[in-house]
Formats: sequence, C-alpha cells, structure tokens
Amino acid sequence: MSRILKGAAAFAALSLSVAGCANSSNGGSGGGGAGASGLKTLAAQDKIDAPSDAVKPAGDGKAKCAGTTTIAFIGAQTGPNAQLGINEYNGIQLAINEHNKGNSGCQVQFKKFDTEGDPAKATGPVTQAVGDKNIIGVVGLPFSGESKATNKIFEQAGLVHITASATNPTLSKQGYKTFFRGLGNDNVQGPAVKTLADKLGAKKVFVVQDDSDYGIGLAGTATKALGGMVAGSDKVTTGQKDFSSTVQKIISSKADAVFYSGYYAEGAPLDSQLVGKGFKGAFIGPDGVKDPEFIKQAGSAASNAYFTCPCIPGDLIPSFASAYKGVANGQAPGTYSVEAYDAATILLTGIDKGNTTRAKLLDFVKNYNGAGLSKNYKWDATGELSDLAVYGYKADGKNIVSVGKL
Amino acid sequence: MTSPIEDVAASQAHADEQAEETRKPTRFAGLQRWWNGLARPQQWLVLGLVAVLLYALPLLNPPLLTTPGYDFPIVLCDMARFALVALGLNVVVGQAGLLDLGYIGFFAVGSYVAALWTSTDSTMVKIPYLATLPLAMIVTGFVGVVLGLPTLRLRGDYLAIVTLGFGEIIRLLATIIPALKGNTGFQNIGSPPGAWNGKPVFTITNGTPWFWLFLTVIIVVTLLLGNLERSRVGRAWIAIREDEDAAEVMGVPTFKFKLWAFTIGAAIGGLSGALFAGQIGFVNNQKFDVATSMLFIAAVVMGGAGNKFGAMIGGAIVAYLPYRFGFIADKKYLIFGVVLVMLMIFRPQGLFGARNHLLAYGRSIKRQAARLRRDARGDAALKEGA
Amino acid sequence: MLHALVAESWLTFHWSDFLSNFWNATFDGLTFGAIYALVALGYTLVYGVLNLINFAHSEVFIAGAYAVIFTLSGLGFGPSPPTLSPIAIIGDLLVALLAGALTSAIVALLVERIAYKPLRARNAPRLVFLITAIGMSFVIQYAFFLWRGAVAEPSVTMYQDKAIFIVFGSTIYLSQLIIVGAAVLMMVGIDQLIRRTRIGRGIRAVAQDPDTATLMGVNRERIIMTTFVIGGALAGAAALFYVMKVPQGVIYNGGFILGIKAFTAAVLGGIGNIRGALLGGLLLGMIGNYGAYLLGDAQWIDVVSFIVLVLVLMVRPDGILGSNLGKVRA
Repeated sequence: MSRILKGAAAFAALSLSVAGCANSSNGGSGGGGAGASGLKTLAAQDKIDAPSDAVKPAGDGKAKCAGTTTIAFIGAQTGPNAQLGINEYNGIQLAINEHNKGNSGCQVQFKKFDTEGDPAKATGPVTQAVGDKNIIGVVGLPFSGESKATNKIFEQAGLVHITASATNPTLSKQGYKTFFRGLGNDNVQGPAVKTLADKLGAKKVFVVQDDSDYGIGLAGTATKALGGMVAGSDKVTTGQKDFSSTVQKIISSKADAVFYSGYYAEGAPLDSQLVGKGFKGAFIGPDGVKDPEFIKQAGSAASNAYFTCPCIPGDLIPSFASAYKGVANGQAPGTYSVEAYDAATILLTGIDKGNTTRAKLLDFVKNYNGAGLSKNYKWDATGELSDLAVYGYKADGKNIVSVGKL
Repeated sequence: MTSPIEDVAASQAHADEQAEETRKPTRFAGLQRWWNGLARPQQWLVLGLVAVLLYALPLLNPPLLTTPGYDFPIVLCDMARFALVALGLNVVVGQAGLLDLGYIGFFAVGSYVAALWTSTDSTMVKIPYLATLPLAMIVTGFVGVVLGLPTLRLRGDYLAIVTLGFGEIIRLLATIIPALKGNTGFQNIGSPPGAWNGKPVFTITNGTPWFWLFLTVIIVVTLLLGNLERSRVGRAWIAIREDEDAAEVMGVPTFKFKLWAFTIGAAIGGLSGALFAGQIGFVNNQKFDVATSMLFIAAVVMGGAGNKFGAMIGGAIVAYLPYRFGFIADKKYLIFGVVLVMLMIFRPQGLFGARNHLLAYGRSIKRQAARLRRDARGDAALKEGA
Repeated sequence: MLHALVAESWLTFHWSDFLSNFWNATFDGLTFGAIYALVALGYTLVYGVLNLINFAHSEVFIAGAYAVIFTLSGLGFGPSPPTLSPIAIIGDLLVALLAGALTSAIVALLVERIAYKPLRARNAPRLVFLITAIGMSFVIQYAFFLWRGAVAEPSVTMYQDKAIFIVFGSTIYLSQLIIVGAAVLMMVGIDQLIRRTRIGRGIRAVAQDPDTATLMGVNRERIIMTTFVIGGALAGAAALFYVMKVPQGVIYNGGFILGIKAFTAAVLGGIGNIRGALLGGLLLGMIGNYGAYLLGDAQWIDVVSFIVLVLVLMVRPDGILGSNLGKVRA
C-alpha cells in the first residue's frame, strides 16, 4: 500500500506541474500552483504598553453616589453568539470591580440583559432595561443587527449606550443622540484591508462575502477601497461547509490574497479548503474571523491568515490580561474585552463626577475626551470616534498576534 | 406499503386508544367535564371572563408570571404570536393532518409583505400598516395555493420534505434577492394609527396595545375557524386526517379540502408574520429558519393537535418558558425535545386532546340519545315490574 | 410588487463560467454527493422497512462525526498532517471508521428503542412518529450543544491531500478518489447485502408486507433493529469522509443541513430505493455545484437543490427510480 501512495505522490508532483501548464493554457480551471507565493511576511508585535495616561475605573477613590446607581450590559449571553457577549461582559465586570473596590462611597450596581444576539429578541430586554430608572448608562448592544432594531428605544428614553463591537456604519446615521460607538466602523476597517494587502505585497485580492449584514457591509467598503485590485467575488451562506465552487473561482482568478468578509465559522473551512487545493496566497479576515477558534479549526492552513480589527490587542497589555483572567475564570481577554472595559470606565468616570442622572451622564459622554486602554475617546456629533485605529493581526502557531497598526 | 385494510385497522385501534386515553382521569378531565356540563350561554360567559382577564394581563403583570429581564407585555406579544401561529398551523397539521414543516415560510412571507409596503427602507409604494394585514393574508394564501397545487397530490412524507424545502427557499431567496435586503433587513415598519396624549399608541417598546391587537385578531380568527370546523369543511378535514382513502371513497373531494386547509393555514401564518413585523419594527432573514418551523410544530403537538385551544396554549407555553426561566434559554430545545418524545409516548393527544365534534348539533343529539336510553331503561323497568 | 423584486438583476446566468467549470463542478459535486448518498441510505432503508422518515438520522450522523474526531485526536492526529507512514495512517483511519460506524449504529438503535418502538407497539399514526423523530433530533443535537458548546471541534488533518491526475482539465485529488471510491464500494456492498443475503431477504420481506413476513417466520423486530444498525453504521462511515473533507464541520447542529440534503437525495432518487439513494446523492451534489457556477455565487447551492427536488417530484412523485425497497428482486 505504501508503494502505491509513494507512486501517487510522485505522480502528484508531476501532475502539479501539468496543472500549472493547464492554468496558462485554458484560463486556469486546473488546481495547483495558483497564486504568487512571493508575499512578504509581517513581523509580530509581542507586547504593547498601556497608555500611561489611560483613565482608570477607580478614579480618585473619593466618589459618592447612591447605592442604586446601576449600569447595564445588554447583549448575547446564551445561544450561538454568546462568546462575544461574554468577552464584553467580563471586561465590564472587571471595570466595575476595580471601581467599587476603590470607591467605598460609590458602589455601582451591574445588571445584564440577554438578547441572544437576535434582533427579534432584543426589544424585550432593551425595553426592560430602559424601564429600570436606576440604570443610567449601558454598554451594548454588541451586534449591528440588534442595535439597528433597538437604538430608537434608547433614544426615546434618553439613555446613553456605548457599543463595544457593533461596526455597521449606518448605525451612526440613524440620527440618534444616545448612540456612541467605542471603535472604528466598517468604513475604517474596509480601507485597512487594502493597507494590509499592500503591506503584504498582494496585487490581486478576491473578495468573498457571507450573507450577514456585517459581511455584506464590510465587503462593500473593502471592495471600494481595493478598487482595481479586486480579482473577483463570490457570496456564501452562513452554515455552508462545502466551498469547492468558491475555491475553484479563487484559484481561477489567480488572486494572491483572499479577503473573507464574514465570521470564522465559515472562514476556517474556506481557508483550509483553499490551502488544500494548493492556494499559496494570503487569507485575510476581519474582526469576525479573528478568533482563537479560527486557528483551531483551520489547523495548519491558518498559517497564511492575516486579520484586520479595529480592536486593540488586549492580551498584549500585561496588566489588563492578568486582571481580566481574575474575573473570567482564567480565560485570556477575547475580542472586544478591552473596548467594553473602556466603555464601562467612561460611564463610571461620569458617575464619579456626579453625573448620576441619564441626562447628565449622556451629556458627560457626549463631551468626553480622555484616553482609554485601547485609544483616545472623543466622539463627534453622530457618536463616531474621531481617532480610529485598525490593527493588523496574523496567525502565529496557535496564537493570533498583532502585526501593528494599519 | 401497508394494505389499506391494515391502515384502517391501525387508525381505528389508535382512535379507540385515544378515546380511551381521553377518558382516563387526568388533571384536565375534571375541567373538561365541568366545561361540557355548562350550557352554551354559560360557556360564553366563562369565555368572556377569560378574555377580559387576558386583556388585563399586561396591566396586571402578575408577580409570579412576570419575566425577569424581559419586558412582560412584549413577552405577552411573543406568546400571542406563537399562539396565533399554532392556531394557523393547527388547521394544517391538526385538522387536515398534513405535515407542514415549512410553515415558517408563510410567516416569513407575511413579515416581508408588511416590511415591503410600510418600511422606510423599502422603495415600494407605502400603504397604511393595517392594510398590510389583509394583504399579507391574500399574498400568503396565494403562495399557499401555488405551493399546494403541485405538492398536495403527494403523500404525507413527500409533502413534509417539499414544505421543508419551501421554507428554506423563502429564507434563502430573502438573502439572495437584493430588494428583500437579506440580513440587513427593514427598519421602521409601520404600525396602526392612533395617539394618546400626543404620543403614538403603537410603538415597539409598548407591548400592551400590540398584545391587545394580537388578542383581538386571535379571537376573531378562533371564532371564524370554529364555525368552519363545525361546517362541512371541518368534517371533511377530519375525515381526511383520519383516513384519506376512506374519505375519498366516501365522496369527499380530498384534494380540494386539503388545498383549503393549506391555504387557510398559510393565510393565518402570513397574518401573524405581518403582526410580528409591526410589533418588532424590524424584519430580516434571521428568524425564518427550519428550527423555528420545528418549534411551531412542537407547539401545536404539545398543546394537542386538532384542538385549537390546546394548540394555542401550547404555542403560548413554548414561547413563554424560555423568558420566564432564563436559565433554560440554552436548554430549551433539549427540554422541548424530551417533552415531545415523552408526550408522544405517554400522551399522544397532547396536553389538551382533540375531541371531535363531528356534528354541528352533536351535543343535543347526545342529550337526545341519553334520554332515549333512559326512556328505554324506564320501559324495560316498567315491563319487568309488570 | 414584482417589478421591485426583479428591478435589480439578481438572476443572471453565467454560461461561460458554468461551461468552463463544468468538470470541476462535477467532480467536486460527486465527492460531496457520495457523502450525501451514504447518509441517504440510512433514510431510505428505514423508510423502506417502516414507512417512516427518521428525522433523527442527521443526529445519528453527527454523533458518528464526533466519535471520528475524538478517536482521531485520541490517536494523536492534530491540525498539521501527521508524519506517519501511509500504512499507519490507513490503520488509524480504519479505527476511526469503526468508531464512527459503531457510535452511529448505537445511537440509531437507541433512537429506535426509545422513540419508535413504544409507538409501534401501540400502532400510532405516522404523524406521531415524525414528531418523536423531531423530538429525538432536538434532544441529541442540544445534548451535544450543552456538552461541547456552540463551537466546532478543533479540526484534524488526516493526511496531506495530493493532486493525483487531471481529467478534462480538472485536477483530481486523493481525497476525492478515496471518498467516492469507498462510498461506491459500500453502496455496492449494501446493495448486494439486500439482494443476496438472508438478512437482506428479511429486510425486503418486511418492506414488502410486514404481516405476511411475520407469518412466514421473519422476526420483524429483529429486522427493524438490523436496519437501524446498518443505516447508522453507514452514516458513521459517511461521517469519516465528511470529517476528511470538512474537518471544521463537527458542531452540534452540523448534521442538520447535511441531513436535510441527504434526505432530499433519498427522495430525489426514490425513497426506499437503495440505488436511488446513490443516484440521488450524486446528482444532488452535482446540481448544487452547477447552480453555484451557473447563477454566479455559492448562495444558490441549496436553493437550486430544493427547486430541482420540487420539480422532480411534480413529474415523478415517486422519485427518479421509484420507491419500493420490497420490489427489489434477488
């Protein structure tokens, strides 16, 4: 049997070169040596320092407030989308613990409401939270779809809410005054895809989008930024596992990089099927793909993967990472843990400064200007940050490491 | 294939057994006996009181029933939505015995009708929200006919897979067709007019008026369906459910009545979809998956297929439990699965079994028969005495 | 209404893409089609014998997939291709195959004993069977969900896939040959088993007429159990090939879509018909892929599959090859 396999291997090597020829003659319907492997590799960053002027949740320790003062997290805690919500929830819990420990005169309550990440479910918990008059500030909602469905409710109640992860650009265009986004939106991340591709030395990028609002929006901005570099496009569905036709189109297009605009659950099999068919180029994914699960699932194929994310590498801030593990049962900070921590810190700072009504806290956030762990926070009239950073990441063995600001 | 005679024997055995089980003393048996003992006007009075209580529910917000973490009136809306869906699906599954695994497809069509004609995100002509309710029924009814014409000639199992495929096709088309906006969805779906103290009555945060609207619709639909069930149509459906071959032989145009059931069910599904769209104020392709369709079936069967009140209660319970007991949210499908299997094994007629009132004047005939029997006994006793 | 729905041209035919990728689509489709076919056999056998759609069969399949991936990672397979000798790899794969087949067979048998047997004893109507099937499907699926969470298992790579040769300009890979070859071999084996052996005769007898078969001394209950075991084992084998092709697919709800497609395949070929399951599976795999090229993107795969199913049923309500297991001649 082993002889047969060896023979097959030798034959395979031969046919690879044949496939190469076939590519040049018939428009590349063959598999094998597609894509230029002459891409550069980007060096990893091993550590970033927390900005020394970052505002701490504990403040000066002299805050006074009513014991009923509450901030809330509204987002997925159960169901298939729970992980992102848990990352954020733990970040907020950490900020609140630090605050309450440092301020014996101001014990802020923390309440959480579960949306399952589902727009149809979200109105119930949001209405409930809005109806609780003790809640004066909210971190959430994590996803764009549910945010779209509920932002109006916050507006009507004058309740300030900072999302730590919803990146759809239209959210800030609804004209609501209570919406604040604690990170860059897809309009920022799209152009970053081009920056990353340029840094890698890629000439032609194939864009694949899934059927989510997030994937569609991001694919749009990325395609626009990439302009003439786009080698082709395809659309896939959530839950799809067989990507043979998409892989074939990518290989035929001779792209040297693929941008997958969607989540890791589909990104991982796509990448591994690409590599399995001999794709030699880079695989770029956005923050939805940047997840430790991607590495686990794509296996060795993940070595060609790069990511963009408007999020700071929280696990690289040693002080934050160790404190986070304390509230998260030993888990390392996940995507958007730092952003949620920062958002909670801003609300807590406002409370410490005596802004203990919804109207006052809203006003405080609107005029806020201060450094957080991840970036400087100062919002414009629509609730978008003015200083936006997108970071590049890459898969490195079993970890995702930062390759620096894009 | 089993022989027709065996089929008949099997369903007869089952019917006997069901009758047996229904007669078994259960928690609800006393209730049922009390209910059947009431005269018609008394029954109406009781129903009226129940209705008043239901209408008052969002205002009362009873401490034990209330839902921590969720706005109670909005939860009530969701329960009412499931109840209406179960009511409609009960016509298809419970009355006519057609296994429709793609009922969510009709629900989705209804939602999209409301979204397309009222949402600010749609490019279509805008019409008042209330006008979309009958429109949704017409459109989904039409879709039901179009789907039913070719598929209702198929036997049950094939119907199951074709309807399942239909549900998926609707969801996938909503993804693919740009005008249906896929996952991006429609915001600002219209709502009924009306203002109170200068503020609109129907908003997405105020579940109470929506719940009242749902409830009113449910009552109207229940009354209409009740009349239908007691008519020739209802009898034909039961005949088809119990034995299609026998019904056909007896001269029931089975195809026509199956199509009727399918269409009426579809229209009710569309109606609930349109109501749902208005209440949530947002429609995208996310909630129209097969699993939800299965949940609908579970609701009907749990409550008791064939009994519209049972189905409604089943729907309301299925919607309510995960809200009330937040910790089961992750386990709800597991629990529903276990309950479904247990129910089917130990109480196949559901929590509230169907009792077939095959005759419009069944009650009075029964009374008459009982009197005749009594008289006969009396005669016999007289004879014996003589 | 219609003009708005067709205003943006979402339906365009990409004939040149389709034609230039025809063979790629065919060979890729055959690979997945072979997996569908193996799973479809489970549906078809049970349907043939019991006239019952075993909706929990997709969960029988995913249980096998979990067993396969646990076995392989237990044997030391990881994300990178192993550095073992081909013989050792083949040995390990056979162990995984066995584990998958065994687990699936046990789960299938459990489903039968728990969910179907009590109903059969009572002669319940067919709707009731379907509903317990859905119930069992929920139970197994969400038991895995609670146990393993909402994420897929870390993937394993069994061997370095290799291009073997080129046909019609399309490169054929080792994995494709293994999957299609093994699947067809198994299908032929089952076909022969049903046609030529004593067990097969029993299965056919029960499918044709359970009462007469019982009178003739066939142990109906035993035949039913055998059928579930065979169907389950085949699903477990399919699970190995599935994990080979999509190592990321082992997730609690991963069997659901595949199960629906396999069932579609069974109906397409003619449910209750073994050769129909093979034909239906392979056809379904190819049709979806053709749709993806012809209509421009991969989102069309499932839509096209279902539309073809509906169209076929309208013309041939019993599927392409007709639907009677009992009619198979020895």
